[in-house]
Amino acid sequence: MKISKIIGALLLHTTLIAGATIALVPFIWMVATSFKLPSDILSTAPTWLPREPTFRNYELLFSYIPFLRQFINTLFVTIVIVLGQLLFSSMGAYAFARLRFPGRDGLFLVFLATLMVPNVVTLIPAFIVVRNLGWVNTYMALIGPAVLGSAFATFLLRQFMLTIPAELEEAAKIDGAGHFTIYWRIILPLVRPALAVVGIFAFVAFWNDFLWPLVVINSESLKVLTVGIAGLASGPYGTDWGVLMAGSTLTVMPLIVVFLALQRHVIEGVAISGLK
Amino acid sequence: MTATDTTSATAWRPSRRRSRERLRESLYAAVFLAPNVLGIGLFVVVPVIAGLAISFTNWDLLGEASWIGIDNYVALWSDALFWTSLRNTLFYTVLVIPGGLILSLLLALGLSGKMRGIRFYQAIFFLPYVSSTVAIALVWKWIYNPDYGVLNVFLRGVGLPAPNWLGDPTLALVSIAIVSIWQTAGYNMVLFVAGLRAIPKHYYEAARIDGAGPITIFFKITLPLLMPTIFFVSATSLIASFQVFNLVFVMTKGGRAIPPASMCSTFGRTGFRSSKWGTHRQWPTSFS
Repeated sequence: MKISKIIGALLLHTTLIAGATIALVPFIWMVATSFKLPSDILSTAPTWLPREPTFRNYELLFSYIPFLRQFINTLFVTIVIVLGQLLFSSMGAYAFARLRFPGRDGLFLVFLATLMVPNVVTLIPAFIVVRNLGWVNTYMALIGPAVLGSAFATFLLRQFMLTIPAELEEAAKIDGAGHFTIYWRIILPLVRPALAVVGIFAFVAFWNDFLWPLVVINSESLKVLTVGIAGLASGPYGTDWGVLMAGSTLTVMPLIVVFLALQRHVIEGVAISGLK
Repeated sequence: MTATDTTSATAWRPSRRRSRERLRESLYAAVFLAPNVLGIGLFVVVPVIAGLAISFTNWDLLGEASWIGIDNYVALWSDALFWTSLRNTLFYTVLVIPGGLILSLLLALGLSGKMRGIRFYQAIFFLPYVSSTVAIALVWKWIYNPDYGVLNVFLRGVGLPAPNWLGDPTLALVSIAIVSIWQTAGYNMVLFVAGLRAIPKHYYEAARIDGAGPITIFFKITLPLLMPTIFFVSATSLIASFQVFNLVFVMTKGGRAIPPASMCSTFGRTGFRSSKWGTHRQWPTSFS
């Protein structure tokens, strides 16, 4: 009994470690390649560790494209969108969860319906809207369409707010508190875990967003990282794998750091979003 | 006189107060919802409707538009590229969904019990999901490189054939499907772990007392009770595989080098370069 349990656990861990290795190897290979010299990269007998570790690829990356500028663009755009979505989607969620008004259920259905629409369907018409607003090739094109909230965030926050018992607000209402006070002072602090989930999801989604920035931005200095490195890959340096892996490493690293710091919230949040 | 006054007043006042309260609440709702409605309306709802309308015109995004009825759809129907891309998408979907579902369910079953290091494994399996698809696509393109890619170097080392993973159209779809499964398995696994934990423990105890073996328990209890999660994961995977764009775009040069793996890549390939936007506009719409 005891021995069979130990063997079972051993088998399980061996399988899981093998799986974890498969999950990690591409990342390790990416980082390793980014520190290798071209002669080391284009070798028929590659080694895991660079034979002569070098920063050549990183130096070239910064000279080929305005990488630092694109990094700051990505960070700025992502943070503004995340803050906007947290504020405006939580406001919308409060209205759906706590206020009665004509057409509420119909409007909520429209919100849900927009969740089913693939991004590519709205791509060109949304581009036309942005063009008519005169936003093409500006930060507004990147920020504007997303900063006013997303249906997904509003939906998720509404589901959380519905689980909060209404008695908590009754006392505040008797004391004469208005809806802004109740929203800001009572509801928002109580949905903090949900805000964390929405914030992390939005951060990951907009840090990695590719198609929309590809369409609305064409000047090198306004590009975000994904568009920057994809452009590098399809350009004349597209076969310099060391440089491409250096770019990939620097694009992926901030997210990995954020994820590892908050992984408990992320994984719990995903689990909750699936059960709702 | 006064008596009738008070009765009518009491009957009238609360309803007026209620209707004023209703109006106040509606006004608050309008303020709270204004940013959401503006953003989602202007950048999702209007584009969906406008896209549908444009698909019945010959608008090229710059000149005059005139109504041409279903001509675009007729042209699409007889376009070989459209059928190729549809076939590719279906093939890709058939690869990704069962493969991804089974793999993530197995991972979840391995991690659903009480054991040490669950959080550690979950974090590692989840890592590919949070990583930028564009960066991931570049890394895998390098791994798949026919001459110097680590995969082929390894295969040659053990005496196996080293194919051109992204060169041959059919094989490229398989290669991209592998990357997609690798990237999303951890996410689906977390959903499955949550689904497994939601199954009440006493069902298992009862089954065990009745003498059911682990395989019977899996097929008679775990699987039926996990159906909502399986449905959710399948639906989200299906939507994602029909929308696959970034992986194909980056790994196969925008789908130009090989036939595109999905409608969306075809659309990306021709739509941006075509003068007849109306023609290509409705491809995704007709399948959403």
